[in-house]
Amino acid sequence: MASWSKSGSSFSRNSSKNPELKLGPNATSLISSGIPDLDKILGGGFSVGSVIMIMEDAEAPHHMLLLRNFMSQGLVHKQPLLYASPSKHPYLFLGTLPSPNPKHHHSPHPTHEKDLRIAWQYKKYFGDPNLNITTSNGGQHDYCNDFDLRKPLERHFYSGTNVDCVSIQDSPNLDALQDRCAGFLAQFSRNEGNISSAGRIAIQSFCSPQCKYSDMEWHMLSFIKSLKGMTRSSNAVVVVTFPPSLLSSSCSKRLQHMADTLLSVRAIPDEDKELAKLLTGYQDMVGFLNVHKVARLNTQVPVILDATTFSIKLEKRRFLVLECLNQAPVDGSSGSSYGTSGGCSGSTKSGSLDF
Amino acid sequence: MEETKLNLLDEALGLKNMKDNLWPLCGRFVFVEDSVDTSATFVLHHIIKRSLSSHLSSSVIFLSFSHPFSHYDRILRKLGCNLAAQRDNSRFFFIDMLMLQCPDDGKPNHDGLAAIFEKVERVVSAVHPDNKKFVTIMIDDISLLEVAANGSSNAVLDFLHYCHTLTSEFGCALVALDHKDIYSNDERPALILEVEYLADILVNAEPLATGLAKDVHGQLMVLDKGSEHENGNSSHKIHNFHFKIKENSIEYFYPGTIMN
Repeated sequence: MASWSKSGSSFSRNSSKNPELKLGPNATSLISSGIPDLDKILGGGFSVGSVIMIMEDAEAPHHMLLLRNFMSQGLVHKQPLLYASPSKHPYLFLGTLPSPNPKHHHSPHPTHEKDLRIAWQYKKYFGDPNLNITTSNGGQHDYCNDFDLRKPLERHFYSGTNVDCVSIQDSPNLDALQDRCAGFLAQFSRNEGNISSAGRIAIQSFCSPQCKYSDMEWHMLSFIKSLKGMTRSSNAVVVVTFPPSLLSSSCSKRLQHMADTLLSVRAIPDEDKELAKLLTGYQDMVGFLNVHKVARLNTQVPVILDATTFSIKLEKRRFLVLECLNQAPVDGSSGSSYGTSGGCSGSTKSGSLDF
Repeated sequence: MEETKLNLLDEALGLKNMKDNLWPLCGRFVFVEDSVDTSATFVLHHIIKRSLSSHLSSSVIFLSFSHPFSHYDRILRKLGCNLAAQRDNSRFFFIDMLMLQCPDDGKPNHDGLAAIFEKVERVVSAVHPDNKKFVTIMIDDISLLEVAANGSSNAVLDFLHYCHTLTSEFGCALVALDHKDIYSNDERPALILEVEYLADILVNAEPLATGLAKDVHGQLMVLDKGSEHENGNSSHKIHNFHFKIKENSIEYFYPGTIMN
């Protein structure tokens, strides 16, 4: 009993001190991806010390949606950020980051929302410690914010010294970037237990053809390998997006194996009549997100999700929402008589979509 | 030796033949293959545990390319095996290769990998001659070894051949894991074909053809090419079964049955 209360108090102390960090399973810590739904899908967020890879779709920039929210969330939490991109002036990208919306609390189910509202009201009466340290911006100390994609992030969030931008366009190889990453990660090297803050590294379009090293596949692989090695021993999360279609299939597979968490985004083909008939809410979708692999640090048990394909929607054109695919009620001819919501996870072999 | 309940994987690997107090994998090369969808690292965890509990003076040399020690320590602790204690007792040798990068100067990268092999050999030679038969050398990711060697599959093959000589010379066991799907589109995947040829036991983990499921995490195919001292007749044995991975154990069962 005593030990229980002790661990309970240490947990609450931890969470009140660092609202941006959450304790995960198997002695891992989690930080938010910046998308409440993605956090929920992945079981709380990104594991500290893991490498997340996002496979881009050459036809649509949906990976940027994930990347922007990830970066914004870190900046709102005042976590240091290293951003590398193949553009000439990566700093300009920070101007496109979304801003947190303190009022909006998204919830897809109306009943759930009701519960949530009650919980929030109770929180006020109990004098939650989080409220005491809340400053000017209402939602600033939440674990995960809702980001308004149409409102740019206020300048003071990224004008500080904790943001570092690197252009990987002109460098002949990745040694410079590796040194920057090593220097950045050295601030967060892990010592026993105590995590005071976490860092975020975002690398956009890692092997894009405008980089001079894009034909040196082994060089890129060894960069990711050593980046992963460094990340493992530090309190940081690395998100790398790469276009698999531009790589040889074996190189792309190697990158997928190196990823702790593997996601892919796909555009929705315009005016696909068949899909429109099959899925409800097809009009609102902007793309699909596939979850191929979820990080399993310190455990051998794989994470099996109920569904691996999610639709990316923009609610009110402002908020990024991920939903399970819902099959529209269909006539008997098209076969499937399974449940209404996409409950079955399918294999990657069976087809391009699974329900 | 403590009596442990044997499961289908033990049976397929031949771990039930604990006659004469001999480590059954002695002198053999186990090659484990997996894919992005289904990881087979649990097979390594299982063999570590079995190896360390098979004999009081058995030892494991672990070349780690993908995870730090703490990761394996936590997993094995849940399986009932304290790696930190075994490391202190000099029975578990963890060689951290996470940051290994061979110099890329156009020449074959013998320097980097040769140094690792020397390290392994030094550990093996330090073991008491009677106990060399109980040594297991384990490599947790050959594909990362390839990356560290700047893609020189010849250097990797040389390294594996050298490690393989230890199995015939001292009777050590060699266990290695690689990802099969990396090579599926290669025209001539020399590395994996050659390693498959070298191996005495092939373990192949695949996802179910019908997709991922909560109750069945995948299927294992274990091919035992048979050892020579089995009366000369080559006995290829194939075992197929499904598995479900849990924190402290793994359930193995034949397709269509569920063990409770």
